[in-house]
Amino acid sequence: MAIESIKDKTAIVGIGVIDFSTNIGRSEWYSACQCIKLAADDAGLNIYDIDGMVKNIDDGPDPSYVQKGLGIDNLTYHSESHWGTSAMMNAVQGVASGSCNYCVYYQAAHRVSGPEKSISDYRVAREVKDDSLDMIRYDFFSPFGLIGQPGYVAMMYRRYMHETGITPEQLGWIPVVDSENAAKNPNAIFFDKPITIDDYMKSKVIADPIRELDCAPKVDGAIAIIVTTPEKAKSMKQKPVIISSNAAGMAPEGQFHTSYTRDVITELPEMKNMGDELFRIAGIGPKDIKLAMLDDTFTPYVPLQLEALGFCGKGEGAAFIEGGERIRVGGELPINPDGGLIGQGRFDTTRIVEAVRQIRGTSTNQVAGADTILVASGAGGPADGLILRKA
Amino acid sequence: MTVEYNPDQKIPHPAMWGVLYKSSTPFWEGVKNKKIMLQKCKSCGNLLNPPRPMCPKCQSQENEWITAKGTGKIYSWVTFNEAPHPAFKAPYAAVLVELDEGPRIVSNMVDVKPEDLEIGMAVEVTFEDVAEDLTLPKFRKAG
Ligand SMILES: [Zn+2]
Repeated sequence: MAIESIKDKTAIVGIGVIDFSTNIGRSEWYSACQCIKLAADDAGLNIYDIDGMVKNIDDGPDPSYVQKGLGIDNLTYHSESHWGTSAMMNAVQGVASGSCNYCVYYQAAHRVSGPEKSISDYRVAREVKDDSLDMIRYDFFSPFGLIGQPGYVAMMYRRYMHETGITPEQLGWIPVVDSENAAKNPNAIFFDKPITIDDYMKSKVIADPIRELDCAPKVDGAIAIIVTTPEKAKSMKQKPVIISSNAAGMAPEGQFHTSYTRDVITELPEMKNMGDELFRIAGIGPKDIKLAMLDDTFTPYVPLQLEALGFCGKGEGAAFIEGGERIRVGGELPINPDGGLIGQGRFDTTRIVEAVRQIRGTSTNQVAGADTILVASGAGGPADGLILRKA
Repeated sequence: MTVEYNPDQKIPHPAMWGVLYKSSTPFWEGVKNKKIMLQKCKSCGNLLNPPRPMCPKCQSQENEWITAKGTGKIYSWVTFNEAPHPAFKAPYAAVLVELDEGPRIVSNMVDVKPEDLEIGMAVEVTFEDVAEDLTLPKFRKAG
C-alpha cells in the first residue's frame, strides 16, 4: 500500500513511434533520437523543454547518449528500470515529485537487426549465450534442453491445460483477434489479413503445446512517450491523457517465465498484486475499464491476466476469450485493438501508445467510449501497469 | 527414448564455476556420485531446488544438503519439435518432476516417448553420462 498521491498527478502529452521493421538498417541511437523528436513534435514541445529521460535497461542506448544525440542542455532526472514498461513508473514519479517537468520514456530496440542477440529468443529460439550469470536457467534448465522462452512458457501452459481444461482451440482466439486487429493497423507489420482459428490450429507447434503463433515475434522499433503534469498539459497541443494510477507488482517465488517453484504455477500473482494496487489508487474497479491493453507476448498469459486483473473469475479466462466476441472491438472488454504484440512485434510500449490513441480518439480501430483504459505489462514476471483516462 | 544429441555440438553444461553463484556446486557434485542433492535450510528445514543464497521462509543462510530418494511424479512437460539449441535432436521433451520430498526438478525421461507422457506419472531417477565430462540426472517410469 503506497503512493496514493500519484493519482491523476501526471499526464501523457506526446507519443512518437517509428515504423516497425524486421531490418531497420539504422542504429538504436538513431531511432531513439528520432522517436523522441517525433514525440516532442506530437506534444508541441521544443526539444529543449525535455528535462527528464527514462528507459528500460535492455532497450537501446542510455540517456547520456540520447541527451547528447538530441543536443539537450541538461537532464535534471534520468534513470533506467527493468522489465515490461516499468520505466513508465520512473517517468510518473519523476514528474509527480517535481524532479522534472517533461519526462520522456523511450524504448528504442532493434531486436532483429540490432546488437543484442540473446537467449530470450522471440518467435523461434536459436541463439544461445553461454556466458550468462543466470544460474538457475543455465545450471538447471539448459543441460536438459529446456531453453528459450517459448519452452519455458509451454511448461506452464501444459500444466494450465491439465488443471483447467483450456484447449488450443480456445487460446487460438488471441492470435485470431490480434490478426484481425493488426490487419486494420497500418503500423502492424505481421498480418496483412486476418487468420482463422483453423489457420491457427494448422500452424507450427514449436514447443508443444506452444505454437509459433502463440509467441510475439521480435521486431525493430522505437517509441517515445512524454509525461508532464495535467496543469502543464492543459495548454499543450494534444488532449491530455491522465494517468489515473500506475503500479508495479511482484510475488513470492517469481522467476521470469519460469516460476516453477510456486505451489501453483498457473496464476500471475505479480499481475494480481499490480492490478489490485492500480484499482486501489485509481479508486475504480474492473467493471469501469472500457478497454484492456494486455501483455500477449505469449498467448497463455492473456486468459491468466483476465483472471489476475479481476475481469473474470479464476478458471474463466479461457471461456472469456473463446470465439473472440467478448474481446473484439464492440465486445464486453476489447483487448489490444492495435493487434497486440502478436500483430506488431514484441514491443511493450505499443500498449501505452494505443491506449493514448484510443483516449484521443485517433486509433485506426477505435473503441467507442474508450475513456478509461488499463494497460498491463510484464506477464510471467515482475508486472507493471497503468490506468489511463480522458481528462 | 532418451534425448538424442548431435555429437559434434557441445551440450550446455551447468556453469558450475559461474562468477555470481557457487551455490549449485553441491548439486552437481552429487550428480557425479549418482545422487540428487537438495539444499535444506538448517534453521527451518525448508527444502530448496534449485539452491539459492538464502532461505526465503526464514532468511537463514545456514544450510545443509540431503540426498533425495529420487522418486517423484511428472508435474508438467514440454515437447520441443524444433531444437532451441544445436546439441539437441528434436523432437524431445523436457519434464518438470515433482520429487516426493516436494521440490521440483527439470529433467528428461530416458524410456518414455514424448507422446506417452502424462501428468502424474510416477518416475524414478537414473543417471546418464551424456558427455565425457557431463552426467545428468534423468528419469524413467517407476516400478
Ligand atoms: Zn528456513
